[in-house]
Amino acid sequence: MTLDVAFWVLAVMCVGTALAVVFVRDVFRAALFLILCFFTVAGIYITLNADFLAAVQILIYVGAVSVLLIFAIMLTRDAKQGSPSGRLRIPALIVGLALLGVMISAIISFDWQPSAEMSGMVRTQDIAGLLFSESGFVLAFEIAGLMLLAAIIGAVVLLREK
Amino acid sequence: MSVGLEHYLVLSAILFCIGMYGALVKRNAVVILMCIEIMLNAVNIALVAFSRFVDPEGPVLSGQIFVIFIMVVAAAEAAVGLAIIVAIYRSRRTVDAGKNDLMKG
Repeated sequence: MTLDVAFWVLAVMCVGTALAVVFVRDVFRAALFLILCFFTVAGIYITLNADFLAAVQILIYVGAVSVLLIFAIMLTRDAKQGSPSGRLRIPALIVGLALLGVMISAIISFDWQPSAEMSGMVRTQDIAGLLFSESGFVLAFEIAGLMLLAAIIGAVVLLREK
Repeated sequence: MSVGLEHYLVLSAILFCIGMYGALVKRNAVVILMCIEIMLNAVNIALVAFSRFVDPEGPVLSGQIFVIFIMVVAAAEAAVGLAIIVAIYRSRRTVDAGKNDLMKG
């Protein structure tokens, strides 16, 4: 019951802040709303029993990505231009609403058979076991590390002063 | 009616469509990247909801592992994307996606 209330509050806040990101003209304010949106998504992970992911969400998105975004906004301030919409506004709205309608009708019409009871707590230990085991995702983990290294080098090379 | 899988999936769909609308409509490249982050978060919510609700026997954690990898890719994408945007701004003094059309055929 408490989780239901928490879900509704978080869901409304999440959608509201996402809408604000899209419709606020000031880029900096949009970034602040995006940070709030990341926070509410972390709360939604907690209602889904994924505590570790909530912590990771706050560390990576609220901590790192948002700082990067704010730096980029500060470095590329267009003179009072804000973020105007392009010419595609009406077609994009139609496409978005059509996609939303298709997805929601598909979700509602499909007969999901979710498990009746929540099967125990998800422990961080289990995630680590799956992530680092030979039969699990250890190869993907190493590739992800390599990709992060490549991304860091790429960002440094792109931003280095000549 | 208690909150179930459908609620999370519908929330995910709504967030995804908001992000897609923003990514299509906005002209500031930084805002486009922000909208793409919203779309990635929407997908993550759907994956965690599947991992939480659909488990035939015992918890299936693959959904949460996928979310971790998506977060890694999103962080790398944000770093490289923002670096590219700042580099473009340095040489062309604009981040308007409509004006950076040097590679247009």
